[in-house]
Amino acid sequence: MVLVLALGDLHIPHRAHDLPAKFKSMLVPGKIQHIICTGNLCVKEVHSYLKSLCSDMHITHGEYDEDSRYPETKTLSIGQFKIGLCHGYQIVPWGDLDSLAMLQRQLDVDILVTGHTHQFKAYKHEGGVVINPGSATGAFSSITEDVNPSFVLMDIDGLRVVVYVYELIDGEVKVDKIDFKKTSTT
Amino acid sequence: MTTLNGGMDDEDKWLAEGIAGLQHNAHYMHRALDSNNLRDALKYSAQMLSELRTSKLSPHKYYELYMRAFDELRKMEMFFMEETRRGSCSVIDLYELVQHAGNILPRLYLLCTVGSVYIKSKEAPAKDVLKDLVEMCRAIQNPVRGLFLRSYLSQVSRDKLPDIGSEYEGDSGGLVDAIEFVLQNFTEMNKLWVRMQYQGSVREKEKREKERNELRDLVGKNLHVLSQIEGVDLDTYKGTVLPRILEQVVNCKDDLAQYYLLDCIIQVFPDEYHLQTLETLLGACPQLQPTVDLKTVLSQLMDRLSNYAASSSEVLPEFLQVEAFAKLSSSIGKVIEAQVDMPIVGAITLYVSLLTFTLRVHPDRLDYVDQVLGACVKKLSGKAKLEDSKATKQIIALLSAPLEKYNDIITALKLTNYPRIMDHLDSGTNKVMAVLIIQSVLKNNTFISTADKVEALFELIKGLIKDMDVTSADDIDEEDFKEEQNSVACLIHKLHSDDPEEMLKIICTVRKHILLGGPTRFPSTVPSLVFSALKLVRRLQSQDGDESGEEVPAIREIFMILHQTIETLSFISPELALRLYLQCAEASNDCDLEDVAYESFTQAFILYEEEVSDSRAQITAIHLIIGTLQRMSVFGVENRDTLTHKATGYSAKLLKKPDQCRAVFACAHLFWIDDREGLMDGERVLLCLKRAVRIANAAQQMANVSSRGGSGSGTLFIEILNKYLYFFEKGNPQITASMIQDLVELIKTEMHSDNPTDASADAYFASTLRYIQFQKQKGGALGEKYELIKV
Repeated sequence: MVLVLALGDLHIPHRAHDLPAKFKSMLVPGKIQHIICTGNLCVKEVHSYLKSLCSDMHITHGEYDEDSRYPETKTLSIGQFKIGLCHGYQIVPWGDLDSLAMLQRQLDVDILVTGHTHQFKAYKHEGGVVINPGSATGAFSSITEDVNPSFVLMDIDGLRVVVYVYELIDGEVKVDKIDFKKTSTT
Repeated sequence: MTTLNGGMDDEDKWLAEGIAGLQHNAHYMHRALDSNNLRDALKYSAQMLSELRTSKLSPHKYYELYMRAFDELRKMEMFFMEETRRGSCSVIDLYELVQHAGNILPRLYLLCTVGSVYIKSKEAPAKDVLKDLVEMCRAIQNPVRGLFLRSYLSQVSRDKLPDIGSEYEGDSGGLVDAIEFVLQNFTEMNKLWVRMQYQGSVREKEKREKERNELRDLVGKNLHVLSQIEGVDLDTYKGTVLPRILEQVVNCKDDLAQYYLLDCIIQVFPDEYHLQTLETLLGACPQLQPTVDLKTVLSQLMDRLSNYAASSSEVLPEFLQVEAFAKLSSSIGKVIEAQVDMPIVGAITLYVSLLTFTLRVHPDRLDYVDQVLGACVKKLSGKAKLEDSKATKQIIALLSAPLEKYNDIITALKLTNYPRIMDHLDSGTNKVMAVLIIQSVLKNNTFISTADKVEALFELIKGLIKDMDVTSADDIDEEDFKEEQNSVACLIHKLHSDDPEEMLKIICTVRKHILLGGPTRFPSTVPSLVFSALKLVRRLQSQDGDESGEEVPAIREIFMILHQTIETLSFISPELALRLYLQCAEASNDCDLEDVAYESFTQAFILYEEEVSDSRAQITAIHLIIGTLQRMSVFGVENRDTLTHKATGYSAKLLKKPDQCRAVFACAHLFWIDDREGLMDGERVLLCLKRAVRIANAAQQMANVSSRGGSGSGTLFIEILNKYLYFFEKGNPQITASMIQDLVELIKTEMHSDNPTDASADAYFASTLRYIQFQKQKGGALGEKYELIKV
């Protein structure tokens, strides 16, 4: 069993000053094995904070990130799953599922994690999963109105992944989950 | 060195000799005790005690000797008890008998010992025996010997004082005598202790002070005994005990004694007593030597009172009743005024303690808090900025205390003296304090909700907002600077009013201040301001919707402010400014303001053309431009054509072919928006895709020529194929199954001829073919369409 934290679009300090306190108290060091972050952190203090939660961290480049060394896309394997990561501003039209599916085929991954729209999404699609963890700070977005802060935890166990979505709605953390089983191990 | 070492050795030798003599006589004393020989016992015990007559030992070594004698005397006391119990000798006789000892010091030690037995026997009132003993001890005027003798007296008598409720109280009520006895012993001991410093040569003054310091607890012990006496209630303490102690403290005119004893009083007596005798206690302060470290004593007192106040809300009325704040405040003022040599850090430390006290006891009295700060300002005024690091640390403590107490910067903003103290800080400390203020705001999740308060807050943190002095520009640490500016950027999100009109005022206030900061600060602060304003636009726009589409004039005004603000950023950080213009474009699109949206794009394009030169930055910018433009719905045909034309133009001019190709096929989306009439131009989509194919061909050829092999061009055709599939599915009539089939064939051929096989391209192609199969199997209209593609 492996826990993977997926989040992004924090936009600190441009659009928000910090993660919600309720999230911070949930995210404690030592529980998470990997962090995948879609980008737009935007400053290095946030990078350090995430690193303090878990040293195995994968980040892609968001258009507001100061650190230009983050790659455009990244793939990694966790358990039996191949995961692809991309911020998403490169994928026009933004947030378009068919276009994201195209990237999923290109990276040849089971799970594709992207951001940019600040809107939490998790679909089973063409035998894979497409996830957008939303904005962990609930940052303002020109694409999505009334953004709720959200992030995603993936519990990967062999061929099974349970995707938990944590969303802060009116000060309360709401949890949702989707279950996904991979059929082949190719 | 030799003399010093020699001195040490000598002293050890003298101590050893003393112990040997003591043990020798103790041995005979024990034998006498075993055989009930009173005469010998008295003789040898007196000889043993003679060892305490030495003047050669330092207090430390003398103490060692004394402790051994003390243990032996306990045995004597037991023996005396036995003697009187057996009736072989009455206690009155014993009391006479021990006075035959030849030397005065042994005589007095024995007398105290028998005295203890005498009191226990109750054959005479305790008060008479005690009075006799404490008077007799006057005979010893050597400070060290006298102190230890009286310490012995204190030790053997402490459980035999005629206290209220004690078995030794007597008929006449001995409490007064008990107190009198301890006070007298204390007074005499203090006199001896003070006198120590006048003995010996001036050269050894420092050593003597050290030795005196070692003996202080012998004197202080008396105060402890006093505090333990049951009968010392508040009235007795107020009427007798405290005045008598203070009288001795003031009269001894010795700074070491005064400091120690005052501290001792504060430590041993209950806080409740201090509160009720505040006037007396504080009244003594100005009468003390000017060198006494009063700030430590007073801080100690205030800290204790603060804790007492915090211990229970029931005690708070007492504080009000005795007007503790006024008394402390005026006393501190007097002390600071009187002690002209007190370093500034001392004065500030006092104010910190007073402020802590005030916040604990009178949290509702903001005027008191401001008064303390005001007194501190007065002390600081006329002086240069503080350089003393200890003093600045105390200032930070002083300024942090109200923040921590109220958890609310809005309260602190009401303190008129707060910014005036900050003005006395050097620029480094000023910044530290400003950051602390910001952190307090961020931590407490409070919003600053009026422009006036925002103005006051910016006044407080101005050290971060603009360069305060020209000289320090070089020694600014870049990381620190960035961190500070980021905290200002965070703060901007906490400046918020639910009232749009007030919010607009806040935005204008923030803008005014951050523009003073100069271009180095803009990349951190401007984006925050821009997003804060965009949030307001969104709020106004939703209101707008309620009132049937009438334009809100404020929205236009905000966009004007936004454009002007972003322009200031464009000189120092054009890429960031470009992004912000695009954000404005989207926001104005939502507000249905075509001219504003067009202007935003124009500004973004100017920046792209003139300022963005790095190729990776160009790629990112192009994708943002295309992505934003794709979402725009506000434009009429003409404006839209102009902008899409430009965007495709930029795409085709990117440095590397693969990047050109990807940007160009992304542009295809500018001509096809689902379900938007007039924006589903299949022909121009096809043109883009065909152009992408041409560029991919060119890229392929270049890659084949270059010895380095593929430069990211391997997957281009597959990417384009996917775009064909995308528009095919969307129902673009220009994209046909045979085109797709041709492209698939082309890719297959390419892949066979490609000598180094590209694994990722293979996987991509395979998954694309799987996708086509998947779509075919889905059936329905789409499935049928896909059936036309033969692969």
